[in-house]
Amino acid sequence: MSNLGLYNYWIVITLMMIGFYTVMASHNLVKTLIGLNIFQTSVFMLYISFGKIANGTAPILSESHTLYANPLPHVLILTAIVVGVATTALGLALVVRIKDAFGAVDEETITLEEEKEE
Amino acid sequence: MLFSAFSLLSAGLFVALDAVDVAFTEAAVGAGISTILALATLALTGARQEAGTHHKVAPLIVVIITGSVLIYASIDIPPVGDSQAPSHLHVAPRYLNQSMKEVGIPNVVTSVLASYRGYDTLGEVTVILTAGIGVLALLGGRRRKKERTKSGDKEE
Amino acid sequence: MEHHHILRTITKLLIPIILLFALYVQFHGDFGPGGGFQAGVIFGSGIILYGIVFGLDKAMAVIPPSVLRVLAALGVLLYGGVGLTGIFLGGQFLDYSVLAAEPTKGQHLGILLIELGVGTTVAAIMILLFFAFAGFNREERG
Repeated sequence: MSNLGLYNYWIVITLMMIGFYTVMASHNLVKTLIGLNIFQTSVFMLYISFGKIANGTAPILSESHTLYANPLPHVLILTAIVVGVATTALGLALVVRIKDAFGAVDEETITLEEEKEE
Repeated sequence: MLFSAFSLLSAGLFVALDAVDVAFTEAAVGAGISTILALATLALTGARQEAGTHHKVAPLIVVIITGSVLIYASIDIPPVGDSQAPSHLHVAPRYLNQSMKEVGIPNVVTSVLASYRGYDTLGEVTVILTAGIGVLALLGGRRRKKERTKSGDKEE
Repeated sequence: MEHHHILRTITKLLIPIILLFALYVQFHGDFGPGGGFQAGVIFGSGIILYGIVFGLDKAMAVIPPSVLRVLAALGVLLYGGVGLTGIFLGGQFLDYSVLAAEPTKGQHLGILLIELGVGTTVAAIMILLFFAFAGFNREERG
């Protein structure tokens, strides 16, 4: 595992940039949220990578092991995943309401509709 | 579907990185609930998308520059699995060594989650509750929606 | 989904196992991987599966949304209540050591209770989210 080196971080950066690009380039609000989700997962992976110790094992204490992975990032990410799905649901609910009010999920169409209403 | 597979793959990666608790959560949440919610939203908003030729070059350039800066920065990070990395030398050894004596349960993730950092977890649960209340307020009951449309008609 | 007999039968077989597994994860979280967050999500998935296959009305008849709303709040209340009990028994907020005669026993009890609170809230909110999205869909069509 020691030759893993920095590859993990590069994968994280790649995923992060895919998410970032989706957030910026996409005008569809659902796609923007999916991009945010990918970005979020890359942050989870970054934290878990920090917690990894070579030759260590999962942080459940037992007689046969002495080296464990760092439990702190696991705790943070564990709660972040569940909070993440709840907040994503909130975002998706907003998108559904926007679709209801403007009849579109595309940012530009929504701006046009808004201008029309004004 | 792809989203679901993506979650399952990342769960596999978490197992490889010794984070079984996290992998468990990711597999349950990602492969199940978040996919269902995304599909439900797509069903509500329609899968059709207007093909527009927006300027996609500028975001690409920004992404490439940011990515290169991040990769340059990653050279300074200690490699994955380094047991002497600064993040392993602060509170983690205390949790691992004292947890059995102070809390008395073998799963350190649970003892940190519920006991050492119970205050954080209380906050997280409150966030989940608040997000749930927010969704209910937005997509609430049928009755309320009909009333809303009626009052909206009056306003117009 | 009314004509998919295989799907309905398999679902009927699977749901008790999913719910039982959720309870196992909930109360075995001290010793193996698991805990309130995971258990809540798995329990929620079991009910959501029921809702998808057998229809929203039947799922809402099993667990009415009004009950779920109370449960979601109760979970956080249980968590906070355990924390406050610690204060009343002479400790600090969320200090479980004073809950029982021995500190480790108290810690054990405290963790069990707050994990139960976490699990209740997470499961209730996940099912409520599904009901909200699925219910909105039906209303649009109707």
